[in-house]
Amino acid sequence: MAEMRYNVPDNQWPDHPERATLEGKNKQLGFWVFLGGETVLFASLFATYLALENSVPSDDHLLTYDLFQLELAFVMTMFLLTSSLTSVYAVYHMRNNNFAKMQIWLIVTVLLGAGFLALEIYEFSHFVELGHTFRSSAFASAFYFLLGTHGFHVAVGLVWITLLILRNARRGLSVYTAAKVNTAALYWHFIDVVWVFIFSIVYLLGVI
Amino acid sequence: MAATAQKRSAWSVIWDYLTTVDHKKIAILYLMGGGFFFLLGGLEAMLIRIQLAVPNNDFLSAGMFNQVITMHGTTMIFLAAMPLLIAFMNAVVPLQIGARDVAFPFLNALGFWVFFFGGVFLNLSWFLGGAPDAGWTSYASLAIDSPGHGVDFYALGLQITGAGTLMTGINFVTTIITMRAPGMTFMRMPLMTWTTLVAAVLIVFAFPPLTIALFLLIFDRMFGSNFFIVEAGGNTIIWEHFFWIFGHPEVYILILPAFGIFSEIFSIFARKRLFGYSSMVFATVLIGFFGFMVWAHHMFTTGLGATANAIFGVATMAIAIPTGIKIFNWILTIWGGSIKFTTPMLYALAFIPSFTMGGVTGIMLATVPADYQFHDTYFVVAHFHYVIVGGTVFAILAGLHLYWPLMFNTMLNERLGKWTFWLFFTGFHLTFLIQHWLGLWGMPRRVFTYLDGQGYNLANMVSTIGAVLMAVATLILAYNIVMTIVRNERVGKDPWGDGRTLEWSLPLPVPYYNFAQIPLIRGLDAYQIEKEENNGEMIPSEPLDDFHMPNNSFIPFVMSFGLFVTGFGALYFASGKDWAINAVSNMPVHDWALYVLIAGLAITFISMGVRSWKDDLGYYVKKEELERDLAALEEERGAN
Repeated sequence: MAEMRYNVPDNQWPDHPERATLEGKNKQLGFWVFLGGETVLFASLFATYLALENSVPSDDHLLTYDLFQLELAFVMTMFLLTSSLTSVYAVYHMRNNNFAKMQIWLIVTVLLGAGFLALEIYEFSHFVELGHTFRSSAFASAFYFLLGTHGFHVAVGLVWITLLILRNARRGLSVYTAAKVNTAALYWHFIDVVWVFIFSIVYLLGVI
Repeated sequence: MAATAQKRSAWSVIWDYLTTVDHKKIAILYLMGGGFFFLLGGLEAMLIRIQLAVPNNDFLSAGMFNQVITMHGTTMIFLAAMPLLIAFMNAVVPLQIGARDVAFPFLNALGFWVFFFGGVFLNLSWFLGGAPDAGWTSYASLAIDSPGHGVDFYALGLQITGAGTLMTGINFVTTIITMRAPGMTFMRMPLMTWTTLVAAVLIVFAFPPLTIALFLLIFDRMFGSNFFIVEAGGNTIIWEHFFWIFGHPEVYILILPAFGIFSEIFSIFARKRLFGYSSMVFATVLIGFFGFMVWAHHMFTTGLGATANAIFGVATMAIAIPTGIKIFNWILTIWGGSIKFTTPMLYALAFIPSFTMGGVTGIMLATVPADYQFHDTYFVVAHFHYVIVGGTVFAILAGLHLYWPLMFNTMLNERLGKWTFWLFFTGFHLTFLIQHWLGLWGMPRRVFTYLDGQGYNLANMVSTIGAVLMAVATLILAYNIVMTIVRNERVGKDPWGDGRTLEWSLPLPVPYYNFAQIPLIRGLDAYQIEKEENNGEMIPSEPLDDFHMPNNSFIPFVMSFGLFVTGFGALYFASGKDWAINAVSNMPVHDWALYVLIAGLAITFISMGVRSWKDDLGYYVKKEELERDLAALEEERGAN
């Protein structure tokens, strides 16, 4: 009985399947509220970073302009921004009730996100080799905490979207699964926006 | 109805509560959890007052005293006051807006269990090497050097509890926005709903800075980072800012729902519509807004400079304006009303002068030059106890009597209730009024004892006697609760006889689905309107039909338990590691801790995965069942 009410016939597929049920509506609004809280969370992290930027115990520690390479940061930015675009394609096909294309774009999103994460891990290991570690200075602690929290969010998003791709593989699209995909896409956009601020405030301001 | 009256085995009841997603049962869980921690915090308060009753006392050692004051503050704020208010939010708000449950019933249960396990984790510190001792504000300069794991219990325990509170905040914002019955516009929402909405918004925006501050402390103490380590470029003032960016909105999170409860009480027992409803809503929102821009008034002596101090001082005084609007509206609600002096009404009447006194000392403290004198004295202790006890605790006690019939279908004894009130009211003023003078005479807060002959002896003894009166009042309340449960005299719909808002229109016990048909709301005080115009029958907004309800789940409990295990893993993982702060690296190494940490995270994340993987489609309540229930109610009414 319950199952039936979530499965809408193809010719009655709503324009906004993610908001077609009360649960879906709640989920969307509740997630926006959650992202409001996340915004404050990252604002606090940025404040900590700005308070401790280049604050090191002695002169021989690496500072922002010794560390950051805009080329790598640019490539990482491209990976993440593109993955945000591909998640928009996925949601577009979800609204058009095209399950196969939605899954493909979600997979592309995950791959691009994984590319970003791999580059970030490479960058961190490079910094650690240079002696810029979580424990080396207050600046380094704040740097890794801000970027690490963002990177953790990316990792969570990757696991989340991957789980959605797998769990929905046999279920297909319904107004129940559409709400889940929509929420994950919102989350993915959010961590993309946070990265835009990291790129501007940490990398760009750091080397100017 | 008859089916629910059948005897059930204790295990089936326990299992029901462990898995419930029903907001009414979660309210009871919050009431029990919060009530337990309230007693614990009260016990700690008694220990403080016994220690300070006479000069040069050695009832508690200095170190133990620090642990007791830290845990008293932390327990009362995070584990007693907030959960007890959330209990009433859960019990009342969905009924008040005409909803069958909250927006996220699963998240509601998760929020409770996460809070509960966080609280238990924090309090287990007493048995595992000592409680936190850096004060409830846990300033980094103190917390970094605190020996042992006490402060780690504080940081991890509050991290877990805070996550639960955040979930509740998100849930109530969404519930109030999306789940209102047809006709329940924003400007027809009862004040309890409005204050819950604003408090929930404050929770969403105020808790993340605390989360970050606690992480900074956890990383510094346990994982070798340098946020507060000045030699490595760190800065301890960061903690103070984050703590108060959280901490000041937090006091409004505590007081706004209290305002909501009192607004309901004034209007019910003065038997009048609330005076100045729209200005009350405006004042509530304004207080919530201002709440975020006054945090530095806790830091006047930190050295932020005269300009910053002046701005924050003026902003703080500005909050007196919306609060004053509320005070006058309450007075004008009582004015000309036909007052019933019930126990909740007594608390409400006592609240106005008590809270106003706390507000006035707040203005005194906001006066920056004067604050340099008041800072860290008993004057501050007196001030915040006047607002928190005179506001929030009075509201909790009033709400307990007011909403008891809604939650348990019986009435607390009014005679005992009034005894509790008078003893508590007298004891409260006896304890804290004199502390204003103690502060002005120069007694610093947080000292474990004082010398004879400084003029503090009599005032401290008076204060302790007052605390004993409050303890006696609490015992009478406990007796009242036990006797009410034992007697089990059921009451029917609208037990106070003057209910005005939607929750009182429901039959008692409230059916698990709340409303067989969602009512149509025709104005403010929806039930009162129908009492006047439709013989007290709500007009349904929908035909009698099947509707959707959520399934029970054991996952919230498991997920929260995972966080509890994770807490222990992280805590003991740091023991004896050379990168940790000295206070922690001196401790013995625990090799098993890493596995506990991993196991805890695995429990939480796997249960999250399971929750995400499985479809949870809920079930439908059938029209036939509703018809049976309605017929039974009809029969009952005929019998009376």
